[in-house]
Amino acid sequence: MAVPLNAAKANSRKLRTKRSSVSLKPIMSNRYLYLMLLPTVLYFLIFEYKPMYGAIIAFKDFNPFAGVAGSPWVGFKNFEKFFESYYFFRLLKNTFLMSFYSLLFIFPASLAFALLLNELRLKKLKSFLQTVSYLPHFISLIVICGMIIDFTKPGGIINSLLLGIGIISEPIQFLILPEWFRTIYVGSGMWQSLGWNSIIYLAALSGINPSLYEAAVVDGAGRWKQLTHITLPGILPTVLILLILNVGTLLNVGWDKIILLYNPGTYVTADVISTFVYRRGVMEADYSFSAAVGLFNSAINFALLVLANRISRKTTENSLW
Amino acid sequence: MVIKRSIPEIIFDSCNVLFLIFCSFLFLYPMWYVLVSSFSDAHAIAAGEISFWPKGFNVGAYKLVFEDQRIWTAYGNTFIYVIAGTFINLVLTTLGAYPLSRRNLEGRSLIMAFIVFTMFFSGGLIPAYLNVRELGLYDTRWALLLPGAVSAFNLIVMRTFFQSIPDSLIESAKIDGAHDFRILLRIVLPLSMPVLAVMTLFYAVGHWNSWFSAMIYLQDRNLFPLQLILREILIQSSAQNMLAGVTQDEVFRISESIKFATIIIATVPILLIYPFLQKYFVKGVMIGALKE
Repeated sequence: MAVPLNAAKANSRKLRTKRSSVSLKPIMSNRYLYLMLLPTVLYFLIFEYKPMYGAIIAFKDFNPFAGVAGSPWVGFKNFEKFFESYYFFRLLKNTFLMSFYSLLFIFPASLAFALLLNELRLKKLKSFLQTVSYLPHFISLIVICGMIIDFTKPGGIINSLLLGIGIISEPIQFLILPEWFRTIYVGSGMWQSLGWNSIIYLAALSGINPSLYEAAVVDGAGRWKQLTHITLPGILPTVLILLILNVGTLLNVGWDKIILLYNPGTYVTADVISTFVYRRGVMEADYSFSAAVGLFNSAINFALLVLANRISRKTTENSLW
Repeated sequence: MVIKRSIPEIIFDSCNVLFLIFCSFLFLYPMWYVLVSSFSDAHAIAAGEISFWPKGFNVGAYKLVFEDQRIWTAYGNTFIYVIAGTFINLVLTTLGAYPLSRRNLEGRSLIMAFIVFTMFFSGGLIPAYLNVRELGLYDTRWALLLPGAVSAFNLIVMRTFFQSIPDSLIESAKIDGAHDFRILLRIVLPLSMPVLAVMTLFYAVGHWNSWFSAMIYLQDRNLFPLQLILREILIQSSAQNMLAGVTQDEVFRISESIKFATIIIATVPILLIYPFLQKYFVKGVMIGALKE
């Protein structure tokens, strides 16, 4: 439908004058929407942004009675104390290794699991497997750690199994030996999250146009060719985005599972930045120092994320923003 | 469509099926083992005799757990946190997501950026902890309900869903004179049942399983959620406390099966509702698959 040229011009002029003369109108006509937004915005201000402001106690000598604003500034003293401390390298190494191993093992395993499920032609079995694989994600961490403790103890099923097939001759006290901690952490993490992580790949896989496969079959492509030429390129953007996110949290190992499983004997390999912050901050009330350690962690994470995002955008055109 | 499969393909398919069945065994067996042990005789557990079926069937452990007042109080508390917490979550997430899904809202991308930023940067544990203390929420139930009342990720999922509702529907309701609250309640929410189900599930499971904030913010044992009591029994091994007036030998004997029974009692509600909601949360993860 062709619109006469001058009519269109007149129209656009009318629109322009309308917009410039009453600029408050779109805001006023949506006032209920802004009112609706208010509680949520307040939540973010009070529970997310206020702590960000509160993080400046890392640069202060925090005194609970004087409050955040009233406490005296000390510059980078708390950071220097942390960098010079004996714990610095140990925490950095443990934090990095723990999440690096998780990334190294769990990330590709989830992808492989999704691909294998995708190749499965028995629909019933496929949905059963999916249901079963998500299950561990819903079991509470406390229960999972309780199970880990029970399974890995000298009389537990893991030791019984290893003894039974003759791999070891004496029970191993897995949770007492520092050298086993990362294996237990990553291994149980795989059990917990493999299925759940694969959902997003399965979603991406189901988004690939089926006619591509039909065309490939007509052209004589086998299963392997279909995988390398259609499936993998099809889910590459998803894989990359997830990889960026994972790299961005490389220094963000959670305290939850570690706090439940570690003990002073395994601190050598198990203590990470967040567990250290928890012990020094919450348990020993050393607020400024542990806030500095926490802020260091947040800042590195954020920098890693920005960096990973930039690299990915430059090289593959996939990015978070 | 029947495609003739070549021999290597048949071999691959069979290996794949076998491997995946083995995987599902690995996913299920730990839970099965716990279930079987909870019904077994404690001697058999200690001797490592349990593998696939209960040995010396008994329900004594369950009896002891059900007689324990701590468990009941904690169960009740957890229900309070799950119901009240999820309600707050849903209200705030909806109120945030709906306006941000309207394309004609001035400044929405700015507000969105303000929310998304919190997913990537935070003040850290200590400032958050001090914030809760300053607000006077320490050692109250509110400490488990208000912090974390909105998840930025869930808000994005919900907003994405709302955006898929045709604008014309909302516009016509507006012309009919409905204001925004009414449109949300009468038109948008009824169309959004799938995403509401997903959010309910995500948030409720989160509350059911949460323990860390209870551990750092609560002193009063009467407010403890179930997971914190579980932690005492499973991680700190204080199952013995349940057994006042029993001989030492007996204590050791029973405390093992008590652990398994409490695991089952604390996990069953989640596992029972889970199969019914599964199709919804898969959808939820898919909607949330990192869309703008």
